Amino acid sequence: MFGIKKDFICELPKKYYTLSNYEKGVARWCPGCGDHAVLSSVQRLCREKQLPPEKTVFVSGIGCSSRFPHYMNTYGFHGLHGRAFPVACGVKFRRPDLNVFVITGDGDCCSIGAGAWIHAIRYNMNITTIMFDNQIYGMTKKQTSPTSRLGTISNTHPTGSVLPPVNPLQTSLGMSNVSFVAQTADWVPGHLFATIKAGYEHPGFAFIKVIMRCSKFMGPLVEEMTTNRDAVSILTHEKGIQPDDGTLHAYKNHQIHDPTDINAARELAEDQATSYLGLFYQNKDAIRYDQYGAHNLGFTPEEKITAVNAQLDKFAV
Amino acid sequence: MKDGNGSLASPSPKTSNRRVIKEHILEIVSDSGEGAQKAGQSFGAVSAKMGNGVWTVEIIPADIQPPPRTKESASGIRIRFGSGKITNAGDEADVLVAFNEIVPYNRIEQNVYREGTIVLIENKWATDESDEIRKSYATAIQDFKDRKFVVHEIPMEEECLKLTPNPKKGKNMWVLGMLCHMYDRDMEKAAAQVGYIFRSKSKAVVDSNLQLLQAGYDWASDHLDLCYRLPSVESEEELVVMNGNEALSFGIQAAGIELCSMYPITPATSTSHHLAECIQSSGGIIHQAEDEIAAVGFAIGASYAGKTSVTITSGPGLALKTEFLGLAVMAEVPLVVIDVQRGGPSTGLPTKVEQSDLLAVLYGQPGDAPKVVLAPSTIEECFHFVVLARRIAESFRMPVILLSDANLATGVQPFPRPQLREEWLSPPVDQSPRAEGAMPYGWDEKTGLSQRPVPGQAGGEYTLTGLAHSAQGKVTYLPEVNQKTSALRSLKLATFGRTLKPPRINGDEEGELLVVGWGSTLGAIEEAVNIAREQGGSVSSLHLRFLSPLEPGLLDIFKRFKKVMTVEINYSDSLDDPMITPENRRYAQLAWILRAQTLVDVDCFSNVYGQPLGPGKILARINKELSKLNQH
Ligand SMILES: Cc1ncc(C[n+]2csc(CCOP(=O)(O)OP(=O)(O)O)c2C)c(N)n1
Ligand code: SF4
Ligand SMILES: [Mg+2]
Repeated sequence: MFGIKKDFICELPKKYYTLSNYEKGVARWCPGCGDHAVLSSVQRLCREKQLPPEKTVFVSGIGCSSRFPHYMNTYGFHGLHGRAFPVACGVKFRRPDLNVFVITGDGDCCSIGAGAWIHAIRYNMNITTIMFDNQIYGMTKKQTSPTSRLGTISNTHPTGSVLPPVNPLQTSLGMSNVSFVAQTADWVPGHLFATIKAGYEHPGFAFIKVIMRCSKFMGPLVEEMTTNRDAVSILTHEKGIQPDDGTLHAYKNHQIHDPTDINAARELAEDQATSYLGLFYQNKDAIRYDQYGAHNLGFTPEEKITAVNAQLDKFAV
Repeated sequence: MKDGNGSLASPSPKTSNRRVIKEHILEIVSDSGEGAQKAGQSFGAVSAKMGNGVWTVEIIPADIQPPPRTKESASGIRIRFGSGKITNAGDEADVLVAFNEIVPYNRIEQNVYREGTIVLIENKWATDESDEIRKSYATAIQDFKDRKFVVHEIPMEEECLKLTPNPKKGKNMWVLGMLCHMYDRDMEKAAAQVGYIFRSKSKAVVDSNLQLLQAGYDWASDHLDLCYRLPSVESEEELVVMNGNEALSFGIQAAGIELCSMYPITPATSTSHHLAECIQSSGGIIHQAEDEIAAVGFAIGASYAGKTSVTITSGPGLALKTEFLGLAVMAEVPLVVIDVQRGGPSTGLPTKVEQSDLLAVLYGQPGDAPKVVLAPSTIEECFHFVVLARRIAESFRMPVILLSDANLATGVQPFPRPQLREEWLSPPVDQSPRAEGAMPYGWDEKTGLSQRPVPGQAGGEYTLTGLAHSAQGKVTYLPEVNQKTSALRSLKLATFGRTLKPPRINGDEEGELLVVGWGSTLGAIEEAVNIAREQGGSVSSLHLRFLSPLEPGLLDIFKRFKKVMTVEINYSDSLDDPMITPENRRYAQLAWILRAQTLVDVDCFSNVYGQPLGPGKILARINKELSKLNQH
């Protein structure tokens, strides 16, 4: 075309991003905090997918977990407590070219941000959400969280919390237009990575709940969660998340679950006795609000002026 | 029969039976749902199109479906129109069209009629089958006459029944036709207007309404001995006519704003209704969020990502946006916020005018949160100030809040058609890779300005945070950094303020009394001041468009007057109240600010009747102040 010979087209060497291209600073979480593991997994995902740092945005709320964007060498938005979802949706709405992640905590998401959360599920924008569920308010030093188990001793309930917890899986699965719900745990690295990757690859709003260790305030719970492998069951299915052999080996309980079956997903979510790790539900065809948001981009100034003038004509005297 | 004010008895040969008037104030009041507003808006639009000056205000009931034939049900419109420019809704009405005898009492309580006001009232109630209604009608008619109104009983429904089985639906267009005859309106324009307002309806509906329009016209020509003529001054300029919310909508599009993120709330919502009709054709989109917090968060997210955005709201919604506004200030995210003010606090008076959000927008955020606040004072400014707001927000990397109000929102006024400019639409930031070493907050020490990176821009990667941060965008709790960055954010206001000129003074540059206003009261204040001046009063006025930063030179100006007084539609304590002293008095909102900034003993005249301040009330207060000053 245009008489340019193929030989003259010079291919710019494509930049290859290494892990260090995604790392920034030293994460200031407690030693043994589960947040470190998620950070490594996400950085690995970025490298595997070769996400350009300038085209990648991590949006968070407020909490220990929400410090996450500061440790990513990409764009980040560490905004307000409970408000990561509207910000992330606003970022994505008119910028389909950006890879958008939401990092949120159990308080950030399921308490103060609950309204925005369920609507974000319904908007089903192409955003990967990782909810760090440590069942406690870490940042503000051990107050009861909406996901704290009944009887949890905290600084706001020194004799034990008095209400049953919110079940974020159930809530998500109950929302219309839900398109991806998965659960994993920070101390099962292979599964964690596979789940985050599946969430990223999902064309829509991926809600990933990560069961998280708060080593600082939830010692006994962490101990129980990480040692009692009988309480964990790995979801398996050809349409589901494919865990690594290590995970399948370490966790003997497996449950075959078809992630297109929402009723089965809801039943599993209701089972409080077992922590199922894997893909509860996926629907790749749910309506996507980000596609609506991006449907009329790129007007030229002349087109805009012509359109506004045509509207003004109707008000002309 | 006594005519409306400004009547000139100089019949021209061609329209010898028409009384020439300079202006009239007309009200149409009906039960909610009977379409008085539609009739009035159309009348206003037609008048504007004929070259008359026009200002209209809606009379809106507080409830969705109040019981009919009650005072609460009063719904309608006031139209002030004249040969010259009309800048406000005026004082007492010359003509009232009433669909029943009860609804006028809503307005009578507000003293909007006078001796000689002409009342054109539906007469079907005189023969209603209910004794009670017949009695009520007769009593009211007698009362109107006792109040020295000039009553004409009109067979509205009877006439409409000849054309439609459901006259309740079409009566408004019949009334429009009647008024078109009374005021010699151009029927072609009226018909075009009817076609426009029913544009989404079937042809049968349009035709039926056109027939009613003509029938009203013909009936008036045969039966009504009220014929006026308003000379209109043909404008050289091309004009458009619309209300303030529509002007905001056009401003948003002309400013190249690509996203309007909102949650419905009166009286702001109608802006988004108009936008919804057309913004997609000009390359933008509306997001109706789940609440106002999410709405502003969404707009901030889009702006952070380099897309110009606006959020529109009214009082209660503004309250919810508070925390995000603080974030936009702290993290320096450009954002245009439009607040169409209504009565407050809390749910307050949703449909009524107040200028009560000034202090809330200025000081609503915990911590120091400097931002630009500007207030349009005309419908035309509603358009241009959005364009201005966008540019300031981006240049100064901060939220700009535009304070409109319910009076501007529903007021309809013609103004010169804006000539759209390509430069208004330019994308917000240069998105080429960032220079080596460029910092996300590379503040200029003198001005506080900095160039923001936008996602997509290589080399600009940073994490925006609402925590105290350094020029590198790093969280820091160092005391000197917080002090310094607070100063830099504040400096931006001073830097911007340097670009402003002192306000124009209406009247002499010095004198006894200076009236200071802001927002939608401009027209009424200047009209009152001009009348007082014609009567020899030493009074001038100035009207502020910028409330933060304040326009420069105020202290110099204030010093040239014996007394400075703001006129505002918000609450202030009255010194006549025995509990109130100059020390504990709570002042009107602009007065607070002016007192604090100038140390001048600025007084205020303000109230919260939910009504636009008429020139008559302002004039009375000016005269009172002038006579007090003369006694000293
Ligand atoms: C509006 C508002 N309310 C309260 C807070 C205080 N606050 C900060 S983080 C937090 C709880 C965080 O808990 P979670 O979301 O579970 O995150 P974690 O620290 O456990 O990761 C609270 C209450 C705040 N920053 N903003
Ligand atoms: S307090 Fe808990 S959640 Fe926060 S950093 Fe420490 S271990 Fe992690
Ligand atoms: Mg938590």
